[in-house]
Amino acid sequence: MPADSPFVALSHPERLVPVQVDGKELMLPEGENLAASLLAAGVRSFRETPVSGAPRAPFCMMGACFDCLVEIDGIQRQACMLSVTEGMDITRPRGATHG
Amino acid sequence: MAEFDLAIIGAGPAGMAAAVVAEKAGLRVALLDEQQRPGGQIYRDVSRASADRVRVLGADYSYGAGLTTALAESGVQHIHGAVVWAVEDGFRLSYTANGTAAQVSAQRVLIATGALERPMPLPGWTLPGVMTAGAAQILLKGSGVLPQRAVLAGSGPLIYLVAAQMVRAGVPPLALVETQTRGDLSRALRHLPGALRGWRGLAKGLGLIRELRRAGVKRFTGADRLTVEGTDKAEALCFRAGGEDHRIACETVLLHHGVVPNTQVARSIGVSHRWSSAQQAFTPVLEAWGGTDRPGLFIAGDGAGIGGAMVAELSGRLAALKLAEEAGHLSISERDRRAAPLLRARSRELAIRPFLDAAYPPYPGALRPDNDTLICRCEEVTAGEIRQTAALGCLGPNQAKSLTRAGMGPCQGRYCGLTVTSLLSETTGQSPDETGYYRIRPPLKPVTLAELAAMAETGATDPEGE
Repeated sequence: MPADSPFVALSHPERLVPVQVDGKELMLPEGENLAASLLAAGVRSFRETPVSGAPRAPFCMMGACFDCLVEIDGIQRQACMLSVTEGMDITRPRGATHG
Repeated sequence: MAEFDLAIIGAGPAGMAAAVVAEKAGLRVALLDEQQRPGGQIYRDVSRASADRVRVLGADYSYGAGLTTALAESGVQHIHGAVVWAVEDGFRLSYTANGTAAQVSAQRVLIATGALERPMPLPGWTLPGVMTAGAAQILLKGSGVLPQRAVLAGSGPLIYLVAAQMVRAGVPPLALVETQTRGDLSRALRHLPGALRGWRGLAKGLGLIRELRRAGVKRFTGADRLTVEGTDKAEALCFRAGGEDHRIACETVLLHHGVVPNTQVARSIGVSHRWSSAQQAFTPVLEAWGGTDRPGLFIAGDGAGIGGAMVAELSGRLAALKLAEEAGHLSISERDRRAAPLLRARSRELAIRPFLDAAYPPYPGALRPDNDTLICRCEEVTAGEIRQTAALGCLGPNQAKSLTRAGMGPCQGRYCGLTVTSLLSETTGQSPDETGYYRIRPPLKPVTLAELAAMAETGATDPEGE
């Protein structure tokens, strides 16, 4: 667990697997909720909004707000509705100004 | 297409309880739920919770394991990971699971999609690090993850529960910033005699407050002018309380001022809704068993009006009895005989609500946000823009949507709809009922072309095939 994460995990995960976040490798607990795992790993911003480019992160954790959208295999999906799988290739959506 | 007597949307307490009752009565039941495991948000992941997690979350949480076990032992077809994006007359339900769209048909439908956090727009509420209190609970229940430098802000019993769970987990919140006032409490006192019928709930609430006091958690009440400070993430919560300005440096701000019915599915199929001034939200118009104005379409649980987990479970059982009777699997006398104790229990559980609604009203500053505050998170529309459209003669949310894009983003108005209605209503002087709400249309959640293309008449429409 990085010291700079605002979140702590109560228990230690059984198996960590590598995933890519914007080309950088992170070790996340296999099968656990992707949004929760990214937060616990110290990821603060999940995307930039298409309107103003403002940073966003999970807000509702129940599939309703769509603030945790990340791009996986070219499709924007809700991180809070996904489980961590080995080799996941995650891109954080950039704001409109980045094209 | 797989065919069922009853399709239930949502595997929380209402959906699980209804599914088991209906299936035992002889109906073929499909239970569709977005999550991988049953429980809804209130009993999320209860079937695999460790003893440590249960100690932190408490007995009201582990109680849900009884419901998930009964579901697992039943013949209910539980279609998990299924995001329902359309419900059509007939009934036909379209959903996506495992990257493939599929459909089921059912004679009858029960909507048990529960509640959403009431939107709490205030300056800075879109910053990373600001979440709902419900989100913190989901992180804890599903993943054993907790924020370590957090402030809880708003009003309602859930704030005490989340704070107490954080204390038990060894990461107490920095403070509780509560927006309810002494005036709210004294107005609530007239409901106290009625609430005493639900004394267990009151005792639990007082127990939580004592637990927080023992742990030395700082509480502010009557807080106003809440603002989250920060440029690219939450850095502090600022507010005014007791005649003084306060600033609490923190990394996480957890917002909560009540929950409201999630009405998306019901609205998409044309169920009438009315404004409830007690709950400050729209609720569907229902008869006593949970039936809507559409034959064969029922609603149970918090989506029918906020009552909490026990009321949801009881309402699910009651709706299932009525549905089984309508389907010819139960006589009217047997239905009524079994319903009587459930109705008594529900009335007892509901006794505390008028007191809670009055003692913990929504934060007024978030019901009528300042002009600069973003109210639509997706399209980044401010309260001022909505007021401006109203001043220009815009009367309803659908026109405001076309003019400002509020409600047009991926959340489809789930976190701005009530705010837009109340801002228009405040400016025009029309009631919330006259003002109305967004027209909700399918798809209720995004569906990709690839998911649709994978939906063939064979295989993909058969939930057994997943």
